[in-house]
Amino acid sequence: MTATTPAATTPAATVAAATATATNPAAGRPTLLSGWRASGRSDLAAHVAHYGPLPPLHGDFPRRLVAAVEAAGLVGKGGAGFPSAIKLQSLPRTRSRPTLVVNAMEGEPASAKDHVLLSLLPHLVLDGAQLAAVAVGARQVVVCVADDRDELAAGVATAVAERQRTSQLPVPTTVARPPGRYVGGEESALVGWLERGRGVPAFRPERGVPLALDRAPALVHNAETMAHVALLAREAAGASSTADPEALAADRTTLVTVSGAVARPGVLEVPLGTPIADIVAMATPQGPPVAVLVGGFGGSWLGAGALGTPLRKDTLGAVGAAPGAGVLVVLGSQACGLAETARIARYMAGESAGQCGPCVFGLPAIADDLDLLVAGRGGAAIELRLTGRLALVAGRGACRHPDGVVRMVASALDAFEDDLRRHAAGRPCGHSRRRTVVPLPPA
Amino acid sequence: MSAVLTIDPTACDAYGYCAELLPELVGLDEWGYPVVGGEPVPAELVARAEQAARHCPRRAIRVRTRVEVRSSASRP
Repeated sequence: MTATTPAATTPAATVAAATATATNPAAGRPTLLSGWRASGRSDLAAHVAHYGPLPPLHGDFPRRLVAAVEAAGLVGKGGAGFPSAIKLQSLPRTRSRPTLVVNAMEGEPASAKDHVLLSLLPHLVLDGAQLAAVAVGARQVVVCVADDRDELAAGVATAVAERQRTSQLPVPTTVARPPGRYVGGEESALVGWLERGRGVPAFRPERGVPLALDRAPALVHNAETMAHVALLAREAAGASSTADPEALAADRTTLVTVSGAVARPGVLEVPLGTPIADIVAMATPQGPPVAVLVGGFGGSWLGAGALGTPLRKDTLGAVGAAPGAGVLVVLGSQACGLAETARIARYMAGESAGQCGPCVFGLPAIADDLDLLVAGRGGAAIELRLTGRLALVAGRGACRHPDGVVRMVASALDAFEDDLRRHAAGRPCGHSRRRTVVPLPPA
Repeated sequence: MSAVLTIDPTACDAYGYCAELLPELVGLDEWGYPVVGGEPVPAELVARAEQAARHCPRRAIRVRTRVEVRSSASRP
């Protein structure tokens, strides 16, 4: 099989292959995966030996932690890229204490970074969750691991028990197992499942209103984001006074999952702002990349000309893309970008929560248009119909699932414009029938 | 302060009454689901908009009065 599914490879193997080539930007300073490189161990003793103990949680530390997170410019690593410091300060003051939800669902099939991080270094994520929980005054932490990832959940439970035994768990922590669907990790779906056992996105016209769990606010943070908080907390604790923004923002790293037409797919830790082409080079591409799908299945295709773009929210934003969940799917010259787009659109249509008409009917219609286009049987009007449907569906779901599909398909029409002309003229390329290079789950 | 139409897409079942009652502001897509713009409801249409909201079998369409909402970024 030519397709490589990052989630299916063992975390140890994927990280071992990847980190060999990834450069460590801040020699000496611990980074997200340096603890694993140092010892190859996941237990609490190895964690403390490498990263040091949990910083003291009393006094003005919560305030200094939020200031450090803000100074570092940390944004959420689950996909939306929302500034983490704002989220930590967003809760209204209520009498009922909030729940901190750690989102390790990673329903994105092309992403494996949360799985790798949480299985290799569970204590780094748990550290961050404890720190964030203390900072917001949470009464409990709930780590959400998809119900089809028993081994990962067991590892987290073991780590939680280890901390309980050694009194390094100031905020009570449990592991929850929501269903592992694409939209299952959307934050309102996640909290909805914890509250009522029904994991579908909620319609939230007032974006500022916090999610609620057991009549108290719930705050959802991605697992990798928590690991960043754990690292920043140690730097804030070590700093004598207020954190120096430049020092905190410098040399930060981020996790990416590279798949597609590469010889060494897997998870890499790279300096924030590394050009996409350089990251792809670390994964040993099979020939020059023609395009890269950036962010996730709801992300954006970037053509060869845009691959010098640094992987960062602002720089990608300038070319209409976003880091998303750190996903990079590489397309080589032996594949058809439009055919891959059609396959992803079909998969995403099947992953609709089934609640909203524009998503339920619109996404299959978009996938149908793409299939006709790819096969060269769309006729002269197909492109107009497809772009019309993209505009019709955008912004009309309760969650952003349909918007992601619209963005991904629209970016494909742009990145693969030459292919589009040929396919629309009834001359499909020979590659469109090849097996997919995208890590799609088996149908 | 202005009134805007919102549709809860999780509640809407494409009955289409809103488009019948308020064609000036509600269109239907090719699958029969309502499409509204984000613009304020003109004062002369507010009463009919509220009527359309009352007649929705799924209570999916609402006339919301938009006040100056503090952004979620503002501190409590």
